[in-house]
Amino acid sequence: MISVEHLTKYYGATRAVEDVSFHVPAGTVAALLGPNGSGKSTLMRVLTGYLSPTAGRVAVGGIDVADRPLAARRQIGYLPEQVSLYPELTVQRFLGFVAAVKGLGGAARRRAVSEVIDRCGLSDVARKLTGKLSKGYRQRVGLAQALVGDPPLLVLDEPTVGLDPVQTVEMRTLLRSLTGRTVLLSTHILSEASALCSHILILHHGRLLAEDTPDGLGRRLADVARLMVRVEGPPAEVAAALAALPDVSRVEQNAADGHPGTLFAVFAREPVPVQRRIAATVVGSGWTLLEVRADPPTLEDLFVRLVAPTEREVAAAS
Amino acid sequence: MRSFVALLRKELRSYFGSPLVYLVAAAFLAYTGYYFHSDIIFFVTFGFGISIMENFWKMLFIDIRLVMILSIPLLTMRLFAEERRLGTLELLLTYPLRDGAIVAAKLGACLLVITALLCGTLLYPVMVYWIQPFPLEPLVAAYIGLLLFAVLCASYGVFVSSLTDSQVLAGFLTALPLLLLWLLSWNEAASAQETLPIARALSIFNHFEPFSVGVIELRDVFYFVFGSGMFVWATLRVLEARQWLGRR
Repeated sequence: MISVEHLTKYYGATRAVEDVSFHVPAGTVAALLGPNGSGKSTLMRVLTGYLSPTAGRVAVGGIDVADRPLAARRQIGYLPEQVSLYPELTVQRFLGFVAAVKGLGGAARRRAVSEVIDRCGLSDVARKLTGKLSKGYRQRVGLAQALVGDPPLLVLDEPTVGLDPVQTVEMRTLLRSLTGRTVLLSTHILSEASALCSHILILHHGRLLAEDTPDGLGRRLADVARLMVRVEGPPAEVAAALAALPDVSRVEQNAADGHPGTLFAVFAREPVPVQRRIAATVVGSGWTLLEVRADPPTLEDLFVRLVAPTEREVAAAS
Repeated sequence: MRSFVALLRKELRSYFGSPLVYLVAAAFLAYTGYYFHSDIIFFVTFGFGISIMENFWKMLFIDIRLVMILSIPLLTMRLFAEERRLGTLELLLTYPLRDGAIVAAKLGACLLVITALLCGTLLYPVMVYWIQPFPLEPLVAAYIGLLLFAVLCASYGVFVSSLTDSQVLAGFLTALPLLLLWLLSWNEAASAQETLPIARALSIFNHFEPFSVGVIELRDVFYFVFGSGMFVWATLRVLEARQWLGRR
């Protein structure tokens, strides 16, 4: 459905995307995963024809975006990162406008509008002005306008960014219900990409760093366990003692946070035996162990893995 | 076609959904009404009621033109600047629409509003005709001239609006050169003899004058059509530039 070949995009002399190639088969839900400024939005804007590539080819459903922009855009429903709506139009009017602009008329238009209103849970606000909606509803209207006309490909730029936890859960539920079509969404949250997508593309500084499934990423991160340990004791000595434990790769000391003791982040290969050793060492040294918990790996941990190989791996390679 | 109609309707809805268009209409009709009143008194007192085209209609149309210079920037300033500020332009440009349809709908909606304002001024000839019939053909030419003048000013305004996300700046940069051109055309004796023919050939006001006395000259029509086309072309190039600059 999406075919990107050697895509490069410069803004003047600034590089946004460099030599990125990937394919997303029809019916797949794929994620572009990367921190802010990694080129996700640029890539999506090239895909929607809003920007022209500096080099490379982008095709949607076999249609070259540069050669036949209108035909390509008909295949795409796009949700930009900043959802902007016409404040003077009601939700229903706005969606009717979008349907007409996408070429639907008469009964087909009315049907398309009422369908997306139902689907995105907008019935209560259909007659409200879009300028008066909450952020959560605005995001839903944004998704609804992308869905109008049932395009085979949805391109969603950070669909959950800026939403509160309840709205985020609702949005994810809505996104999960979009089965049967091709979706490319961007996010900087690893757990979101893993939960929603079957195909994950990792971007870093405009380059495609890795392409994997959630399971594959899970395997890559299997040996990255982040244990948060709170200890009451002399921080420098505690840090040294924790770092000296077998299977511990790194220890970070967090700044004082107003709670008793000091919080350390301990990176280990296997969480469970290390947790036991931590407990034994701390208690054995006469300090007080206040807390030990395992945090799920984050995008940062993944990048540490993908970008900078651990010292051990460097040592093994040499 | 369907998408163009939808765009046009959206633009008209935006116009009539904001108080600005009503204020502009009220001011336009108040000022042109005042000019009608003062010009007809001038015609009766100093023109001795002789040659209604030269001594009355010509002056009124030149005055209406001045009111248009001040009204059109207020109508064109938001067309693209507002969409840029809101961010809706990005969405609009990713729908299956030609850039030309977007520009045409915006310009078309603005011209419909201006046409409606000009229709309001038809009351003046109706009133005069009721008291004293006069030949109507020259008036048709004058209205065609006003419309062509409006198309050129509005195309320029749309172009300026496409350059910025500030409505105030767009309005100011539209009104300023138009007013300057008007001031320059005030007193030709004050301009340098060398540049006067060039200024005359380019001046939007000199090309309007034949229309105001009922004369349609092909080169004047060409001037307005060509000028408008140039600004529409420039607007399309500005929209296209986003693809290279990445500017919203």
